[in-house]
Amino acid sequence: MYTQGLDQQGKTENRRDSLETPERLEAFQARIDAEEKIEAKDWMPEAYRRTLIRQISQHAHSEIIGMQPEGNWLTRAPSLKRKAILLAKVQDEAGHGLYLYGAAETLGISRDRMVADLLSGKAKYSSIFNYPTLNWADIGAIGWLVDGAAIMNQIPLCRCSYGPYARAMVRICKEESFHQRQGFEIMHVMANGSEDQKAMAQDALNRWWWPSLMMFGPSDKDSKHSAQSMAWKIKRFSNDELRQKFVDVTVPQADFLGLTVPDPDLRFDETSGHYCYGEIDWQEFHDVIAGNGPCNRQRMETRRRAQDDGAWVREAARAYAAKHAAKAA
Amino acid sequence: MKPEDALLAYTLRLGDTALVLGQRLVELVTHGPELEEELANANFALDYIGQARMFYSHAAALEGAGRTEDDFAYLRDGQQFGNVLLVEQPNGDFGDTIVRQVLFETFYIRQLDTLTRCSDPGLAGIAARAVKEIRYHLRHGLQWLVRLGDGTGESHARVQASLHRLWPYCGELFAGDDVDEIVGTHYGGPDLSAIREQWEHEVHALLAEATLEVPDEPWMNAAGRQGVHTEHFGYLIAEMQFLKRAYPEATW
Ligand SMILES: [Fe+2]
Ligand SMILES: [Fe+2]
Repeated sequence: MYTQGLDQQGKTENRRDSLETPERLEAFQARIDAEEKIEAKDWMPEAYRRTLIRQISQHAHSEIIGMQPEGNWLTRAPSLKRKAILLAKVQDEAGHGLYLYGAAETLGISRDRMVADLLSGKAKYSSIFNYPTLNWADIGAIGWLVDGAAIMNQIPLCRCSYGPYARAMVRICKEESFHQRQGFEIMHVMANGSEDQKAMAQDALNRWWWPSLMMFGPSDKDSKHSAQSMAWKIKRFSNDELRQKFVDVTVPQADFLGLTVPDPDLRFDETSGHYCYGEIDWQEFHDVIAGNGPCNRQRMETRRRAQDDGAWVREAARAYAAKHAAKAA
Repeated sequence: MKPEDALLAYTLRLGDTALVLGQRLVELVTHGPELEEELANANFALDYIGQARMFYSHAAALEGAGRTEDDFAYLRDGQQFGNVLLVEQPNGDFGDTIVRQVLFETFYIRQLDTLTRCSDPGLAGIAARAVKEIRYHLRHGLQWLVRLGDGTGESHARVQASLHRLWPYCGELFAGDDVDEIVGTHYGGPDLSAIREQWEHEVHALLAEATLEVPDEPWMNAAGRQGVHTEHFGYLIAEMQFLKRAYPEATW
């Protein structure tokens, strides 16, 4: 998924109205245990609210930053049909960002504030989007693997205890599965195409495989948010469970494509019925999250530039609205 | 020129104009001034790419030589593209983009509207679909033109400068050649001088509403429809066509 549990933030805003008495906490947990949806106006513990804000805004930022690696090939798409499909996908991601910012806003944080946190580097986004798209098959690999991993993570979020997030995810998941299919189709065409195309497809898989596994976040033993998020039914499966599910689904797809998963330790384990995979390079994961991936700076610069270049436009819109509100009054 | 050749050339020019403008809008993806604009821009780009595909497919059918939409888009060189020069102009800032859209679409919507009643059913059908899309684009473009023109001092100055930059390319919109003439007489295509009159009337009123001045620059002589482009164009198609041309045997 796009949320990875990456945050390092911790400060609470003071909310005097939310006295967390044991009775209230207990009643809240009872509602969660009964699979009731928590709605924006309901009482909730501050930590629940903060966890959701962190997770949903991280998810929203990921949708927006995620437009860049794919947007990189829009002008060069090799057919008009592919150009239109990719454009529609990138547009969907912008829409996902919009619903998710909307869902986070129900928790009492403004979109401006979330965007400011992204641009200042305080808020994180999924590490996967800090890798470059170097050939057209990368567009296929992103749809197949990145959207595929996102779906794996997001389907359980459709049942998340927080109603507005769960509902946003239902809408998003429908589109993500279309994204996954179009990506797989690009890979399929290329893997069955010319020698050059096959080489591009393999090269893309080589570069995207491990970063895709990293999308599920740190392994369970190092994941600091998991237990509480599970109890609150924000999370339903652990990072490692979801990662395993992804590997189990994806390896046969790679076989079907005739491509080689770049993991010499990968093997099917008859007894467990799962694929065993090699050790993830957690140093790389932490480096990318710390800002030292191949494209971190570029992604943030692009976003900041768009924000700065648009400042006069947003200001004009505000000035115009104010003038006309004054005239109407 | 035989009427059917003129109709083919005319349809291709429509396809080229839609594709080139679509490609320019595609370049803007991830650079929008806010998220809502990102979505709107992608929508407009999709509409234009979609229109280009429809015009090209229709051209392919009219031509009957087995070419496809992608052959037209990817395997022709600059001098074979007959788009108007206004749409190939670089995006510039948001004001430039809005001005380009408004100047072009106030023309294009009239061209399409006439084509919905032309005697070639294929073209009429595409125009009927496209005209609805452009109506929606224009609503958006006009709102922004007024906001920018009547927004802050900076936005007013910027958008006025955009108008001055792009105004010279407007004359070409109304400078038809024999293709336009033949399509006019044989298929009921638009009368460009009539459109020009309506366009001037409308654009002057819009600029007044946006507190902007009608530029006094003369209209340049331009021949985009005949394949004579601005220097920007070579780069636009080089980028667009590179992958398809680098692997001519491949299908994607
Ligand atoms: Fe998405
Ligand atoms: Fe997606």
